Amino acid sequence: MFDNPALLKAIFGRLTLESLPLHEPIVVATFVVVALGGIALVGALTYFRLWGYLWREWFTSVDHKRIGVMYMVLGIVMLLRGFSDAIMMRLQQAMAFGGSEGYLNSQHYDQIFTAHGVIMIFFVAMPLVTGLMNFVVPLQIGARDVSFPFLNNFSFWMTAGGAVIVMMSLFVGEFARTGWLAYPPLSGIGYSPDVGVDYYIWALQVAGVGTLLSGVNLVCTIVKMRAPGMTMMRMPIFTWTALCTNVLIVAAFPVLTAVLALLSLDRYVGTNFFTNDFGGNPMMYVNLIWIWGHPEVYILILPAFGIFSEVTSTFCGKRLFGYTSMVYATIVITILSYLVWLHHFFTMGSGASVNSFFGITTMIISIPTGAKIFNWLFTMYRGRIRFELPMMWTVAFMLTFTVGGMTGVLLAVPPADFVLHNSLFLVAHFHNVIIGGVLFGLFAGISYWFPKAFGFRLDPFWGKMSFWFWVVGFWFAFMPLYVLGLMGVTRRLRVFDDPSLHIWFIIAAFGAFLILLGIVSFLIQIFVSVRRREQLRDDTGDPWDGRTLEWATASPPPAYNFAFTPVIHDGDAWADMKQRGYRRPLTGFRDIHMPRNTGAGVILAGLSVVLAVALVWYIWWLAIVSFVALIGYAIAHTFNYDRDFHIASGDVTHVEDERTRLLAANTQAG
Amino acid sequence: MDLAHDVSDDTIFHLEDDHGHAESGSSTMLGFWIYLMSDCLIFAMLFAVYGVLGGNYAAGPAPKDLFDLPLVALNTTMLLLSSITYGFAILEMAKGRVRSMQMWLVITGLFGLAFLGIELYEFAHLIHEGATPQRSGFLSSFFTLVGTHGLHVTFGLVWLVVLMVQVSRHGLIAANQRRLMCLSMFWHFLDVIWIGVFTFVYLMGMLR
Repeated sequence: MFDNPALLKAIFGRLTLESLPLHEPIVVATFVVVALGGIALVGALTYFRLWGYLWREWFTSVDHKRIGVMYMVLGIVMLLRGFSDAIMMRLQQAMAFGGSEGYLNSQHYDQIFTAHGVIMIFFVAMPLVTGLMNFVVPLQIGARDVSFPFLNNFSFWMTAGGAVIVMMSLFVGEFARTGWLAYPPLSGIGYSPDVGVDYYIWALQVAGVGTLLSGVNLVCTIVKMRAPGMTMMRMPIFTWTALCTNVLIVAAFPVLTAVLALLSLDRYVGTNFFTNDFGGNPMMYVNLIWIWGHPEVYILILPAFGIFSEVTSTFCGKRLFGYTSMVYATIVITILSYLVWLHHFFTMGSGASVNSFFGITTMIISIPTGAKIFNWLFTMYRGRIRFELPMMWTVAFMLTFTVGGMTGVLLAVPPADFVLHNSLFLVAHFHNVIIGGVLFGLFAGISYWFPKAFGFRLDPFWGKMSFWFWVVGFWFAFMPLYVLGLMGVTRRLRVFDDPSLHIWFIIAAFGAFLILLGIVSFLIQIFVSVRRREQLRDDTGDPWDGRTLEWATASPPPAYNFAFTPVIHDGDAWADMKQRGYRRPLTGFRDIHMPRNTGAGVILAGLSVVLAVALVWYIWWLAIVSFVALIGYAIAHTFNYDRDFHIASGDVTHVEDERTRLLAANTQAG
Repeated sequence: MDLAHDVSDDTIFHLEDDHGHAESGSSTMLGFWIYLMSDCLIFAMLFAVYGVLGGNYAAGPAPKDLFDLPLVALNTTMLLLSSITYGFAILEMAKGRVRSMQMWLVITGLFGLAFLGIELYEFAHLIHEGATPQRSGFLSSFFTLVGTHGLHVTFGLVWLVVLMVQVSRHGLIAANQRRLMCLSMFWHFLDVIWIGVFTFVYLMGMLR
């Protein structure tokens, strides 16, 4: 049977033993490490009998808080993968001088820079941002859950499924060698005949479904489920930015889905959308993908702006300066983010008038962004600032991001862009805004809301270690790239001839090493905090003297979030309640109507992954089987009408009495 | 400092009477509407792609050589009628008459099938003549735009059958009414898209 190539092809498609990258020692070593780690993890979970717990309490959970935490875990795990790619690139570029080829061959290197970009945007930044929104928004608006809790679980597993597909490409076959946006004709079947681009396409399609549905879900949640009294202009600013971000998701991700579908038609069916002949137009791909890609940048940064607003206001003990202008600035950015996509390819040659239009709209975006910076500064002005970890990240952000913003305005000038296009200056710019903006924001958010999620604070010492390594490391890693970019070094190069450039790459590699220490410190911080959780415990539910509703409930919040739906009289609702001597209700609890957990999300996403992998490897029978199973299971799921249950009032009373006891003990101790 | 006395006694900070997790129909309607708008963007993009590539014949056939307007008019009629009959079904639903609602749903499904049948016949005919999706940028974008719409109609038909089974099992309970309303929005939405296809692709194609 194994001598029959036609039969093997029918069963395995183009998957053969040669597809395993056994000739790449680095990949084999990585695989061994990952496999051993994986076996150890599975073994530990089995030994401690945690599978049932994980399945019942987490994987099948429709609780927005647990789903939020799962998103965060996914993002942090993928951060390790994405950063491994980054430090490998830094090492290669620091080594490949003076006739040395470095240690990565071009096939491998090209996969690494593609995977780095894809993973960092889609599987690190997006899950972390979505996770925080998922966790925080329903609490901030005083809701019990999101509008569609099952859909939320399904969205998470689709995102995780996309991550699985990307990770699989590391060990079975290869990843795209095209750069993170896979421009044709390079990503067409003619120049990329192998599975790399197909892995790319299907990973993003599977994850994209999850992102889109979670966008619909959160928009609907914010519009429909706010507590009574919370008018739009009384929403916490993080909820506002979450609303704008999710509107952007709903309005941008369909474009990505469609453009990737067209690329896959070109690759699988032989259509001529982005080909060079038969009337195709490769530049159309570049236009379309950036119509998604530019709003995507704002999808990531807007929630970070929201986090900084919450943190600044809390740690200065003041109402946010210029709330209204903050809201309008967010909305203006949301709209403008659609009108700037062409600045990613001024060099396309669309002419002076088109380029000027997009150059000017790009520069205009810096106005609302600048307004935000001033709002934060004026909030700090005469505030009683507490430099806890979230506030430190915020200050570092303001200093770092402003530099990134200014180089952005510089790049927005078309004639300057003709010089700097695709140079390391650009690479430095977008890392400056994404690390200095999004990532710093996420770290601020993680240390700010961690006690809410788990009931104890993160260890401040290791947090500060992580902070200083990250911030200093960032400056060391990326400032040299600005210099190199101005000298004309283009991005994605593997080897260099000019020895005078060497020192800059060594400095950048040193910076990457500092960031490595920052990431290690972050992991140590989590480990140490879990071990010291009794010392770091917070029983009040309000460790930072917070101002918004999420701090009104226990930490971690009960499954139902709030025993009674809160009523809001002010923008900073919890600050207002505290000031007016609000007393927690102690009696009169009722049954609470809640959605039931379900494994359908895991199963549907699992089938989607099988379908995607079958399509990547041309295993047509498996693609058909998994597609039919997917549709069949989805239909069967709609026949289940029994989707909710009641938490009995007795259980609610029990949970709330326990909190009363803790609060009383806390008051006596304090 | 005790500020408690500042609270006027009638200030309410929570609702005593709680209705719990509110997955109400209106939430679903809004959510589905937002989803439809995102779907609309996919079509908007496919229209834009057709706008860019629609004139790239690559020395192959042009719309005038291919399109058969009377056939497309018949096709359009089928789809528009299916929308009207779906509307009748919803009217029956509002009156709580299950049997006649199911009948109108069957008629809707038959019109939908007729639409798909004619579309498939048209596609087969084009491919038989050598006007395949691979032939030119124009044909790639034509087949993709019209085909995506056709796939949506196919999906709508599967959904219709599933809903008819569910209504026959559980009757017009709130969950089923909500689902029927969602499919209604979906079905009419496809009609609106088709009007765009008919005008932009077929009618204007004949004028090119």
